[in-house]
Amino acid sequence: MRISREKAKKICTKSQYGEATWWELLQLNVYLFFCKECAEFSAKNSKLTSLCEKANLQTLPESDKEEMKEALKKHL
Amino acid sequence: MQRYELHPENWVDNYADYLYNYAVARVSDSEIAKDLVQETFFAGLNSAKNYKGDAAERTWLIAILKRKVIDHYRKINSKKGKAEVRMNYNSGSEEDGDWLEERVADPFGKGGDATIENEELGMAIQECLGKLPKKQSLVFKMKTIQGMSTEDICNELGINPSNLWVMIHRARTTLMGCMNQTWF
Repeated sequence: MRISREKAKKICTKSQYGEATWWELLQLNVYLFFCKECAEFSAKNSKLTSLCEKANLQTLPESDKEEMKEALKKHL
Repeated sequence: MQRYELHPENWVDNYADYLYNYAVARVSDSEIAKDLVQETFFAGLNSAKNYKGDAAERTWLIAILKRKVIDHYRKINSKKGKAEVRMNYNSGSEEDGDWLEERVADPFGKGGDATIENEELGMAIQECLGKLPKKQSLVFKMKTIQGMSTEDICNELGINPSNLWVMIHRARTTLMGCMNQTWF
C-alpha cells in the first residue's frame, strides 16, 4: 500500500487524464491524507487541468507544421 | 540593451502554436488561422532585413500577425460591401444605416472580459510550453490539447506508457512552476 512521493505525484498526473486505476487512486488518496506537500501538488495539478480547459488551447497538427517548415525552407 | 536575432529555421517549432492560438481567438476559424500564421512567417522572411533586433523575435512576429488579422477583416468587409450593393441596402430609404459596421464580427462583443482573460491565459500557457524540452512539450500537447489516447501517442512517438507519464508529469510540474505567480 505504501508508495513513494514521486509515484504518488505520477499517479496524481495520470488521474488528471482519468487514466489512474482504482487501485492507484486508492493508494494516492491514502498517501495524500498523510503528505501535505503531495496534497498541495495535487490541488495545483487539478488547477492546471482546469486552466488548460478554460484557455481552450489550440495546436497545429504536426503534419501542418511539417508543411509549413518545408514551405519556409524554400523561401530561406 | 539586449539585441535579438532572427532564427527563421526555428520559427515553426517555437512560435507556430503561439501564433495560431492568437489568430484562432480572433478569426474563429482554424483554416484561416493556419493560413494567417503561414503568411506571417513569409512576411517575416520578406521583411527580415528591416528587423532591428530591438524586440524579441516572437513580439515581432505577433506584430506582423496583428496586421495580417486586420487585413483579413478588411478583406471580409470589402466583400460584404460588394454584397451590400447587390442587395440595395437602404435604397429608397432616408434612414442612415450602418449595415456593415453592425455586422462585422466582434469576437469580444459578448462576455468580453472573460474572453480576453481566457486568451491571456492561453498565451501564458503557450509561453510556458515554449520553455519545455521539445519532446515534453509535444507529448503534453498531444495528450492534453489534442486529447490523443496514450496508446496512439506511444505508437506515434515510439515510447512506452511509462516514459509518456514521466514526460507529462515533468511537463506539468514545469508548467505549474512557470505559471505559479500569476495564475495559481
